[in-house]
Amino acid sequence: MTVEATVPDISASRAWVAHLKQGLGTAARHRSIQVGGALFGFIVLLAIFADLIAPFDPNKNNFRALLSAPDAVNIFGTDAFGRDILSRVIHGTRLSLLVGLLVVVATGVLGVIVGTLTGYVRWLDGPVMRVMDGLMAFPGILLAIALAAVLGPSVTNAALALTITFTPRTARIVRGSVLVLREMPYVEAAKACGASHARIVLKHILPNALPPLIVQLTFVFSVSILAEAVLSFMGVGPPPPTPSLGNIIAEGRSYIQEAPWVALMPGIAIAMTVLGLNIIGDGLRDTLDPRLRNL
Amino acid sequence: MTRYILSRVLSAIPVLFVVSLVTFLLMWLVPGDVASQIAGPDATAAELEAIRQRLQLDQPIHIQAFRWYGNLLQGDLGQSYLLHRSVVDAVFERLPVTLSLAFMSLVLAVIFGVLLGVLAATNHNNWIDQVTMTGALLGLSLPDFWFGLVLIFFFAVGMGWFPTGGYTPFTESPLGWLRSMTLPACTLAFTQMGVIARMVRSSMLEQMGQDYIRTAKAKGLPRGLVLFKHALRNALIPVITLVGIMTGLLLGGTVVIEVVYSLPGVGRLIIGAIQNRDYPIVQGGLLMTAGIFVFVNIAVDILYTIVDPRVRNDR
Repeated sequence: MTVEATVPDISASRAWVAHLKQGLGTAARHRSIQVGGALFGFIVLLAIFADLIAPFDPNKNNFRALLSAPDAVNIFGTDAFGRDILSRVIHGTRLSLLVGLLVVVATGVLGVIVGTLTGYVRWLDGPVMRVMDGLMAFPGILLAIALAAVLGPSVTNAALALTITFTPRTARIVRGSVLVLREMPYVEAAKACGASHARIVLKHILPNALPPLIVQLTFVFSVSILAEAVLSFMGVGPPPPTPSLGNIIAEGRSYIQEAPWVALMPGIAIAMTVLGLNIIGDGLRDTLDPRLRNL
Repeated sequence: MTRYILSRVLSAIPVLFVVSLVTFLLMWLVPGDVASQIAGPDATAAELEAIRQRLQLDQPIHIQAFRWYGNLLQGDLGQSYLLHRSVVDAVFERLPVTLSLAFMSLVLAVIFGVLLGVLAATNHNNWIDQVTMTGALLGLSLPDFWFGLVLIFFFAVGMGWFPTGGYTPFTESPLGWLRSMTLPACTLAFTQMGVIARMVRSSMLEQMGQDYIRTAKAKGLPRGLVLFKHALRNALIPVITLVGIMTGLLLGGTVVIEVVYSLPGVGRLIIGAIQNRDYPIVQGGLLMTAGIFVFVNIAVDILYTIVDPRVRNDR
């Protein structure tokens, strides 16, 4: 330990972690992150306190108000069962965010494991990345639909299908960073000091691979929300009567002429959530990862 | 150049192998007994047995895999249970609708994406830039299937300019075909346009900071000539790569849009097959879509090296 303390690679590594913290600090002052954060934060609060905020039970039928237009009682109107659209949209947003979060966590963990292994362990790189390339050769949403359909409609299966679809892309980004960082002088210095592979990967390489990963995961979050809506809309996501935003739109599709609000409102909720995340993602990309700015 | 093309085509082999393996294994993800899932709850034991035999589900997995690859190499993707015809025929019949929809959307997205990107870049940091870029970001935040419904609501139900769905073959009535494809193509193009506009803008801004642009300006060339002849031509190079990536997005996107607009393409074939548990169609449709995607990307990579010879030396 005493030997390592005198070697500059430790301070270099700490400096990088400090750099990340500083980057996140700068990010918090970035205007687009503040705007996106406010929009997304508001939606997250609605989702967390859905039970308190939603004016009605999202699955309660009211046969005296079928397909009624937006008014003072049902601000977003009601659907064909008289269910309150606003309440269903709030609960649907909660489900969308939940699926998105599950996918982000799972994709992040798997992406880091696969990306680090392929980037660091040379003989694993070829075979594992060929598998990832193969998975990426499917149009993403089509693979997700097929997987979700085969696994059976449920919240966890939708999240699983999306994780399988998005992990290769995330792993490739982590691998790219690891390949560059592996050759850094401070990693060489750590090796020369006899640091174990685990120590090099966990303390020296991974912290520096985080910024592009964070940016990528923001986009995985927003794409997962869009994709979950597609899965529900196609009938392979969480099954009805679960108030998922895609389900509500699918139900509203039949009434697009006489009751357009049923399909319109949940779409606006998806668009606002994804827009908030994309604005945050753009801001994070600007502050954390200037190399990716042009993508 | 020939060597590059050859190596690029050969590199597709392992990818296609994994693609076919994933498609084959997809059946194994089906929870429970595939035969009873296909036949439904009322099936008799004899019916189940017949399905198992027809699908060779009674064979061990390596035998099944062997047969699957044997048939695949002969261009045989099996028979559809419901359509009573070969999967290859069923997919090929639907392919023109999907490909023409994807192609139309791509053309629209590229034209408008490039225009908006140039508009934003030439008005860097003023309100035109901000409005265009906010629009682009909003475009890529919209769920495309929902945006399709919105367009149906306004332009088909409201204005009555277009049909609310359905398909008219080109051979039957070219105008009817155009009317049935316009809204779907616009829907897909709108959500992809933003991606291109953002890319063109940043690529254009990068070029405008280059020395050769300063030189061109310094020797007194008109602004329009500098922008369009010098900057834009170089700025468009990365867009070629994006077109390859977008083909994947479009081929996936058409699936959803075909369902929204009731177009008889491969996407709706696959979705219908999923609902009816017609797994050979699901497998075949996935495999062929992925195959197209892989080859479009090879074509894009080769095109890239022709447009930008610097890349050839890098690889």
